Amino acid sequence: MTELATDTTTEPQIRIRGLYKIFGSTPQKVLPEVEKGMSKPDVLAEYQHVVGLREIDIDIHAGKTTVIMGLSGSGKSTLIRHLNRLIEPTTGEILVDGQDVMKMNAAELRELRQTRMSMVFQKFALLPHRTVLDNAAMPLEVRAVAEDKRHAEAQKWLARVGLDGYGPSYPHQLSGGMQQRVGIARALTSNSDIMLMDEAFSALDPLIRTDMQNLLLELQGELHKTIVFITHDLDEALKLADHLVILKDGEIVQQGEPQRILMHPEDPYIVDFIADINRARVLRARTVMQEGIAPDEHTDGEVDAEDTLESVIARAEGRTDLTFKVMRKGMAVGKLTMKEVVLALVPTVSSHERMTGTD
Amino acid sequence: MAHYDGVFNALGLREWCDAGKEDGPMTMAQLLAQAQGADANETTGPLPFPSLDSLHEACGKIPQTREMTAGLERFFLDAKDSLKVVLDPLTQPLSWMLDGALWLFTSTPWWILIPLLIALTWWVSRSKPVTIFVALSFAFLGAIDHLEVAVATLSIIFVCTGLCVLIGVPIGIAMSKYDGLQKTGIPVLDLLQTLPTFVYLIPLIFLFSVTESKLYGIAIILYAVVPVIRLTDLGIRLVDKDVIEAADAFGMTSKQKLFKVEIPLALPNIMAGVNQTIMMSLAMVVIASLVSAPGLGVLVLRGIRNLEIGVGLIAGLGIVLLAVMLDRTSKAALARVDVSRSTR
Repeated sequence: MTELATDTTTEPQIRIRGLYKIFGSTPQKVLPEVEKGMSKPDVLAEYQHVVGLREIDIDIHAGKTTVIMGLSGSGKSTLIRHLNRLIEPTTGEILVDGQDVMKMNAAELRELRQTRMSMVFQKFALLPHRTVLDNAAMPLEVRAVAEDKRHAEAQKWLARVGLDGYGPSYPHQLSGGMQQRVGIARALTSNSDIMLMDEAFSALDPLIRTDMQNLLLELQGELHKTIVFITHDLDEALKLADHLVILKDGEIVQQGEPQRILMHPEDPYIVDFIADINRARVLRARTVMQEGIAPDEHTDGEVDAEDTLESVIARAEGRTDLTFKVMRKGMAVGKLTMKEVVLALVPTVSSHERMTGTD
Repeated sequence: MAHYDGVFNALGLREWCDAGKEDGPMTMAQLLAQAQGADANETTGPLPFPSLDSLHEACGKIPQTREMTAGLERFFLDAKDSLKVVLDPLTQPLSWMLDGALWLFTSTPWWILIPLLIALTWWVSRSKPVTIFVALSFAFLGAIDHLEVAVATLSIIFVCTGLCVLIGVPIGIAMSKYDGLQKTGIPVLDLLQTLPTFVYLIPLIFLFSVTESKLYGIAIILYAVVPVIRLTDLGIRLVDKDVIEAADAFGMTSKQKLFKVEIPLALPNIMAGVNQTIMMSLAMVVIASLVSAPGLGVLVLRGIRNLEIGVGLIAGLGIVLLAVMLDRTSKAALARVDVSRSTR
């Protein structure tokens, strides 16, 4: 298992290359102009076409959570629907395990949707006339698995998401959070490697949303699915993401490891975006530390690489003259001075602003 | 001289008009005028609208309006034989069904038939008040000796409604899937619904013998099939797009989608259509009695023809009672479907 995991970190499970989506009557005619870089308002004014996505390149690695974040209208929901071809792209390539989704015929595409990709929806999209158990068993029913077998599997996943005993209820008898648990159980029952989650927690109230995020992290720690998660909520994105992709007006503004994006935002848009977050609570010791430490170097204590700066400050009791040894799995991996911690809390300006600022 | 003589003279068409002029059969107006000793072609009175008839008076080459209706009639008569070759075998099963159901309903002893119908009411409605109401209504109809005719009417309704569902639901599904079909279909449905009910009967009388039961069967079905088509189309189009997307995302085939998602979710609407269809076939059954449909309609007709006011009124009351029974039963069935599938 671990061998496979390290193997797939180099070779992405889903590879998106040069994906464009233009909405309108004759997108192919407008495509060359868009490829040349015509702006979204210009395309709308001149050709009455809407640029949905422009030049999207993303690598999605197996066993990781890739979060695609953007405000409404940024094309994030359009993008996730390209992965299982609920929406046809105007041009581009989507490779899943090396196989081009765009070249699949109807039967291959059905096979992909039935066995390799499952999906969780913002509005749950459960079948209102079926029981919770039947809803959770639906992906197997589509594959014509025998009833007792699919019910046993569905029962198992319902219990895993905390809905033991709700099998005979109907969806409308459940609260929103519980309905989305059914949605997640349904996706898990299909036993696919890839889970697409389209704003899965956006319709839930904040407390339940936190619950569901924790449930997802817990499941992910156990199952190591390849999750593609769409959200407009930065806190949610930072909490869940191994890889963060930020979309704006159908274009990728920046993508990478979330901590890196926080420390090195490349665009004023992202600076605005991250301006409101509590940096101390999100940044981690490993992000700020200096790599490597001499074994005999003096330190005032040890912190874990995954500790947030907030907890490091609490450890230092507010003093700024301390140095900590950063540990990962019992090994010293670096050192962290409180001066660096404080520096990391200074809100960043984008590299663009820094450049113009020197003029 | 006629009013528009001058026009044709001015255009220099006089010769063309008079060439080979033959007097068609006289119109009623001409005949009347002749009888009063006056010349019908006299230029008297106000200027008439330049219609075909008044132009004909001035120029014999212009056809009269009655030739148009006669032509239409001739067209039907000419087409009748070839149409019958195709339509007769196609529609023959309808006659058998209607006659068979009528025979079954009227020859089954009442003490078997009525309990069966009450049991059927219970089975579809699962409602005690409705079932009791239906039982009492049958008892009342029986007590006033109208049970046999009511049951005959009921047999026609059952056959026609059943066929309407069989024909209408697939058409409705097809219309919901293909926008083009919906666009062409809706005007046809509008036409069927607005055409005066008597007008249905006219081409049918030409094609089929009045003694054949399929004649009224076709009339009822054409009239009553409309709501079931409309509401099936609507119901399937109204199915939540998110649920359809989920079905697609989990790789359902279009057949699975139709039978596991779309039809079940459209069922409340389809059932509302069936309810309307039942009501409309009941309305048509009285008119159908003009073309030998048996049942309560015949008694209503007798009431009108012979001025037997009592007979007509009681039969009318019987029809109302049947309508209420059918409506309540189908509404209760609809409510039952609605509750188990409500999204709330």
